[in-house]
Amino acid sequence: MSEGAHLRQTEAGQPDASHKAILYLEDLNVSFDGFKAINNLTLYIDSGELRCIIGPNGAGKTTMMDIITGKTRPNSGQAWFGQTVDLLKLSEPEIANAGIGRKFQKPTVFESHSVAENLELAMHGNKSVWYSLRARLSGEQHALIDETLHTIGLTDHYHQQAGALSHGQKQWLEIGMLLVQKPYLLLVDEPVAGMTHQEMERTAELLTSLAGKHSVVVVEHDMDFVRSIANKVTVLHQGSVLAEGTMDEVQNDQRVIEVYLGE
Amino acid sequence: MFITRILQNDRGGQIMLAVLALVLVLVPVLNLLVPEGSFLHMPTYLVTLLGKYLTYALLAVAVDLVWGYLGILSLGHGAFFALGGYAMGMYLMRQIGDRGVYGNPELPDFMVFLSWKELPWFWQGFDMFWFAMLMVLLVPGLLAFVFGWLAFRSRVTGVYLSIITQALTYALMLAFFRNEMGFGGNNGLTDFKDILGFSLQADGTRVTLFVLSGLALAGGYLLCRYIINSKLGRVVVAIRDAESRTRFVGYRVEHYKVWVFTVSAMLAGIAGALYVPQVGIINPGEFSPLNSIEIVIWVAIGGRATLYGAVLGAILVNYAKTVFTGLMPESWIFMLGALFVLVTLYLPQGLAGLVKNLKENRWLQNFSRRAQA
Repeated sequence: MSEGAHLRQTEAGQPDASHKAILYLEDLNVSFDGFKAINNLTLYIDSGELRCIIGPNGAGKTTMMDIITGKTRPNSGQAWFGQTVDLLKLSEPEIANAGIGRKFQKPTVFESHSVAENLELAMHGNKSVWYSLRARLSGEQHALIDETLHTIGLTDHYHQQAGALSHGQKQWLEIGMLLVQKPYLLLVDEPVAGMTHQEMERTAELLTSLAGKHSVVVVEHDMDFVRSIANKVTVLHQGSVLAEGTMDEVQNDQRVIEVYLGE
Repeated sequence: MFITRILQNDRGGQIMLAVLALVLVLVPVLNLLVPEGSFLHMPTYLVTLLGKYLTYALLAVAVDLVWGYLGILSLGHGAFFALGGYAMGMYLMRQIGDRGVYGNPELPDFMVFLSWKELPWFWQGFDMFWFAMLMVLLVPGLLAFVFGWLAFRSRVTGVYLSIITQALTYALMLAFFRNEMGFGGNNGLTDFKDILGFSLQADGTRVTLFVLSGLALAGGYLLCRYIINSKLGRVVVAIRDAESRTRFVGYRVEHYKVWVFTVSAMLAGIAGALYVPQVGIINPGEFSPLNSIEIVIWVAIGGRATLYGAVLGAILVNYAKTVFTGLMPESWIFMLGALFVLVTLYLPQGLAGLVKNLKENRWLQNFSRRAQA
């Protein structure tokens, strides 16, 4: 797969992560009306790793996600998925089909569809209009839906309307929707916001079980949660990387304490 | 069978189509076979009136497809209806031949009146029925495709989109009012004589047009239901409910929107083409923005996102319109407005929603249980 810019709806090949990293962000800059949301941001995510990104409000976490998924274009800089896919040249659906899945801060599932239909819609495969008109779920796809429902613990809610799920269940369904997309890289924005302690533990288990098979980037505010899942943490501050390392290293970093943990 | 599979979970559609089938058999019998003096005889003007309602119902189904399911409030669907009507009207004009007032075998009367010497290029081919029918589909379809492509690619949504659809139909109305456009200006196209050699005044032709309108409605309904039942239909509803999420899941939202919008415009074009030979005239008034708004009101009153609700709404509202414009012509527009306000406030899901609620009503259930015992 060499022509990254010409990626179409067809199934994308595996991104070329031969140099260990799957995501390269280099010297990114974004400003909104003079406010620098992202300031010379450089960040690498390794293939198969679970990375947590923390930072105070306005540190540029969500903007960074927006750049990776094609929602926002940077003023300058580079963003590559593997060695060959230039993310800055692709549209949102193209990026999704190349293998980057995103879970939003606010859980957004397709409320008037059933849980199973939500997974059907998110499933990887041909997503063109004419194909969809005649598409039927294959046995394999049915199996993938069942398996995913089992993973996210929603097997009993197969036919339930997604809008009727609880907040936590919606978050899991959204993670399930990411999984059936078969992405290589998962971007997860505040997965435990508004969750009970029990739900949080369950989510932590889910995310750690995903790492290895996928690369996972988690943006989260909840420190206990981050500590429970992360082996590597990146701290963002004013649009650039302030510190990077294990949770302990980061927490003992003087600058980090000043801007964030010390608050 | 294929049709039963499409209607599997669509109780309202089953009932609607069954009633339609009954009407399509009964009306021709009552008009053609029952002798004129009989109490049961159905006068031809009534057949034509019903035929007109059926074309409106098809138009309403087309609007429900884009508004109810895709979430695009089109206030310009009257334009596609009118364009289909004009394509049919042009064919009917060419059929008049030398029977016009001026007796010119080549040029329609209004062109002779404007002292044009030859048929404009865009009138070429309309003397052939197949070509005209092709244009009935292609002209509205192409306009919807180009308009949709530009609007949806630029991600124009919501109120802004509604306003530009309204502007589209208004612009077309102004254009068609001009004599130089070559579509009969103010007067439009009228004085039609026959279609495929059959006189438009004959009872048999009227009944045939009525039946064809019914079949077109049934076909359009089944097509829309088939689309809604498919995965494409689920994507469309997903776009309505969470557009950007759908994009991040990997669907090219604008392709889906353009596709559905174009299909809907073509259905509206078919409705217009069946409407014109029955009412005997097509003029720029059909492009009037008010017409397009009325269609939306039919759908709202019948119930959005049900398809059969659109059929119900179109027929009931137009029946009421026929009755009340006969009784008190001035008051109709106020009644329509009041109806729309009341439905929006008290029946947000329209008549179809009301039926659904009544069915789920405890009291009624008990009642029927007691009745069974």
